Amino acid sequence: MSKQASIVKVGIADLNFVTAPDILRTSGLGSCVGVIIYSQAKKMAGMAHIMLPDSSMGKQATVNKFKYADTAIDILVQTLLSKGVWKKELKAKLAGGAQMFSFQTNSDIIRIGKRNVDAVLEKLNHHHIPVVSQDVGGNFGRTIEFDPQTCKLKVRTITKGEHYI
Amino acid sequence: MSYQKLTNLQLDALREIGNIGAGNAATSMSQLIQKRVDMEVPSINIVDFNEVMDMVGGADRLIVGILFQIQGDAPGMVYLLFSLEEAESLVVQMTNNNNLSLSLETNDELALSALREAGNILTGSYLSALSDFININMQPSVPHLSVDMAGAILTVGLVEYSSMSDYAIIVNTKINNPGDDYNGINGQLLLVPSPDSFTKIFQALGIHENE
Repeated sequence: MSKQASIVKVGIADLNFVTAPDILRTSGLGSCVGVIIYSQAKKMAGMAHIMLPDSSMGKQATVNKFKYADTAIDILVQTLLSKGVWKKELKAKLAGGAQMFSFQTNSDIIRIGKRNVDAVLEKLNHHHIPVVSQDVGGNFGRTIEFDPQTCKLKVRTITKGEHYI
Repeated sequence: MSYQKLTNLQLDALREIGNIGAGNAATSMSQLIQKRVDMEVPSINIVDFNEVMDMVGGADRLIVGILFQIQGDAPGMVYLLFSLEEAESLVVQMTNNNNLSLSLETNDELALSALREAGNILTGSYLSALSDFININMQPSVPHLSVDMAGAILTVGLVEYSSMSDYAIIVNTKINNPGDDYNGINGQLLLVPSPDSFTKIFQALGIHENE
């Protein structure tokens, strides 16, 4: 009884979970960071498409927890644990964090890609989750797909083609 | 101010701003390529991040995006978007040089430079028209050009305001030259004012939020 694999999409400021053979995908990462936390043993994974580094930046009455690195990673970890994954099984991969344009401005938003990556790495470190591989920076967009069966992350770009990390 | 609660009067005002700006931009484009250019009635989209991507054909789609920061009293961003073929057609028609190509392998600096200049002209006329109309100082920055995935290009304009809201108000205008079968050009102008700028724009027009 093999189940038909389906692709589960993760939108912007969104997150989702799959178990093999399903695959996670998020499209058009620029300064945003796609982070995957997974268990190879249980073939389970969660992916978040993070837009901003820190929920304390939020100026809204209700914070969208999927949008920020700190809150989204907490949800990924807690949800995987609640699905029966052991914390020491957890590993992570990430991609994105580009700087698409080089603006002449004082706004710290211009370095948002780098700050997103730093925030994700810091939060993963805080949870003691090892980062297996990453493909970050540059000035180009990325579309990523994670297959919890192989635990390979496919990174597609317009000019540099596809590769796996 | 709450994004989802724009009054009809406010929506009409934004539509009129888009109209005036786009009319000017269409005239400029017509002069640039020496052909007729039409415009569509602008739509005002109050959309979340993912809906913005749907407006331009999906986050994965390859697009040519020319981004300008709006400086002055009502800051924001404005995007001029084309498909790769349309941008190339624009460059060829404005220069009368059939050898120019925007294909990613050639990285033709002359074609990219011509496209930036087209962006300057179109966006400049768009912004100056609406700046005159609402009597608020708005200046475009230098053009920032990228040929890449729509998601990667458009989040730049959204992320700046995303700590304040999960929605953006976008004044979406299309200008098009029908062309013959192969060289029609559809340009899309997206105006993304900062949340504070809306208050200023409505005040300048004498529209109050509670009307």
